Amino acid sequence: MLKSWILMTVALLGSGTVLAEEGDIALLQSGADIRNTDSLQRGARNFMNYCSGCHSLKYLRYNRLAADLKIPESQLAGNLMFTTDKPFDTVNSAMPKDSESWFGKQPPDLSLMARARGVDYLYSYMKGFYVDKTRPWGVNNLYLPSSAMPDVLADLHGLQKPVFKNEPDDHGSARMVLVGVDPMTPGAMKPEEYDQFVRDTANFLDYAGEPVKAQRQSMGIFVTLFLLVFFVFAYLLKKEYWKDVH
Amino acid sequence: MAAAPDSADSSKGGSLIGWIDQRFPLTKLWREQASEYYVPKNFNFWYYFGVLSLVVLVNQLVTGIFLTMNYKPSSAEAFSSVEYIMRDVNWGWLIRYLHSTGASAFFIVIYLHMFRSLLYGSHRKPRELIWIFGCLIFVLLMAEGFMGYVLPWGNMSYWGAQVIVSLFGSLPVVGQSLVEWIRGDYYIADATLNRFFALHVAALPLALVFLVIAHLMALHEVGSNNPDGIDIKKYKDAQGHPLDGIPFHPYYTVKDLVGLAGFLLLFCGVIFFAPTFGGLFLEAPNFEPANALQTPPHIAPVWYFTPFYAMLRAVPSFAGTQVWGVLVMGASIVVLFFLPWLDRSPVRSIRYRGPIYKIMLTIFTVSFIALGVCGVKPPSGIYPMLARVCTILYFAFFLLMPWYTSIESVKPVPERVTGHA
Repeated sequence: MLKSWILMTVALLGSGTVLAEEGDIALLQSGADIRNTDSLQRGARNFMNYCSGCHSLKYLRYNRLAADLKIPESQLAGNLMFTTDKPFDTVNSAMPKDSESWFGKQPPDLSLMARARGVDYLYSYMKGFYVDKTRPWGVNNLYLPSSAMPDVLADLHGLQKPVFKNEPDDHGSARMVLVGVDPMTPGAMKPEEYDQFVRDTANFLDYAGEPVKAQRQSMGIFVTLFLLVFFVFAYLLKKEYWKDVH
Repeated sequence: MAAAPDSADSSKGGSLIGWIDQRFPLTKLWREQASEYYVPKNFNFWYYFGVLSLVVLVNQLVTGIFLTMNYKPSSAEAFSSVEYIMRDVNWGWLIRYLHSTGASAFFIVIYLHMFRSLLYGSHRKPRELIWIFGCLIFVLLMAEGFMGYVLPWGNMSYWGAQVIVSLFGSLPVVGQSLVEWIRGDYYIADATLNRFFALHVAALPLALVFLVIAHLMALHEVGSNNPDGIDIKKYKDAQGHPLDGIPFHPYYTVKDLVGLAGFLLLFCGVIFFAPTFGGLFLEAPNFEPANALQTPPHIAPVWYFTPFYAMLRAVPSFAGTQVWGVLVMGASIVVLFFLPWLDRSPVRSIRYRGPIYKIMLTIFTVSFIALGVCGVKPPSGIYPMLARVCTILYFAFFLLMPWYTSIESVKPVPERVTGHA
């Protein structure tokens, strides 16, 4: 699954020929775990505080979120619901309809972003901003070149600078290829703290992509156990009936 | 049902079954089709896939009905209604995964079911019609799978439909009008989604069910083949039952229960632990809504079409048209229908054939799987050439069959079946 995500991200860098040449920036491993409720709660907090101003989760309801993440509804309104006041509402952003003119495109709904791109992509993306004076917001992204999004988390992680490597092209002329990012200025969080912040947020978005995922997996264990028992009894029944076939 | 076979004859006036039997051939049907339908006793692993495809068909019909209750076939609402099913409908996620995984499972069991026929010559005289009905089911299933894939209205649904429907446009003269007629618009749009929905939930399932009935009627008329590929009706006991046959019920009903349990273990494993199956059963770009302005990075049909899609792409354009690839892809399906007459071997089963058929079948199987891989990958590197070679090998298996099956020497065929599983 990871491989197809990489392939897709890489393909986003450009056409197929570019893919073969400079598309080797592998995604970072997020280490996100949807069974970690604490992480999901922190991720929900991060999302509502830093993301929900622009990004909606239009398929996720607040009360579903509260139930799944074990957040009492009494705490829901005060801590997480900034853009609406009904617990059964979905998570809408505060962006007006004409916000396309703000960034050049409407900030995408993130309900299914983890399913479309993968949780590691989200984790990498939030760690992939680097200073690029040619871009409207002064930043570009290692994992989504020419991304329209400003680095809204810059205060937390500080600015990053791009790292280039000289990789001569087929004709031997020098060519600078972007290979990574390096820290430039310190942010409010230590690097490990920011990693955890991003991991929690990506984890929450993974949950938002398929809220039933954790329940589905734990249910699957019981289904499998039942079918194993059923298999044994079916086999014994068959043996019994087939005793007289020679 | 359990009491039916025993009590039927004696009770023709009194019991409920007797009452029904005087008005409807219930007991007669049960006997003819199950409790006194004699089947070779030596079926092996490969004979599970017939009943499993029936199980998957029922799964698709039942889950499909429940999906229809909440799905909205309009380009504005389709994508959201699927997410509504996944999140807000009770057990909707399970119903949806049963259906989406069932589509892939259908093709897996059908491909294995067809492969069984190549192993043991199940398509040979007198079972040609069973094979032809089966091929028709396969063609309808492909149409059903394709239209079903469009319904969630994700970006891959949209662009997959765009690519596949455009194929018809390469046909000379009628091409463009045909494409418009299929789409019902000048591009893939609301009208297309509506008619695909109608075909997917009503027309095609109805035709499929009728064809499955015809497939089974033809099968029960001539009786099943078996791994030895010999006729079990040659040797019968005093009651006229084949010596190598056993009643379908209870022997194969209980045996199929074991196969069903094994199948469900794998099937539920996918549903509960890997419903997207690494992006093969549900492709990642399909979690983004259809967007006519943005193509997915790499458009590939769902895995079960990829062998045929690879053949389509393998053929280069010639004389200014791409139609040759479309024709080759069509021919790769049409050639299946002629299989019963292409095979000239005096024996049915691979057990008694010589090495040439075994080698050809191995090459064919490897080519088919390789074509499937080529169809998933972008057409660069070694894949275009590999696809061309495998396309030739695919057709060689069928077109050279009259020759290589008639020249090779075969082993003597036993009079009675050998052993049972």
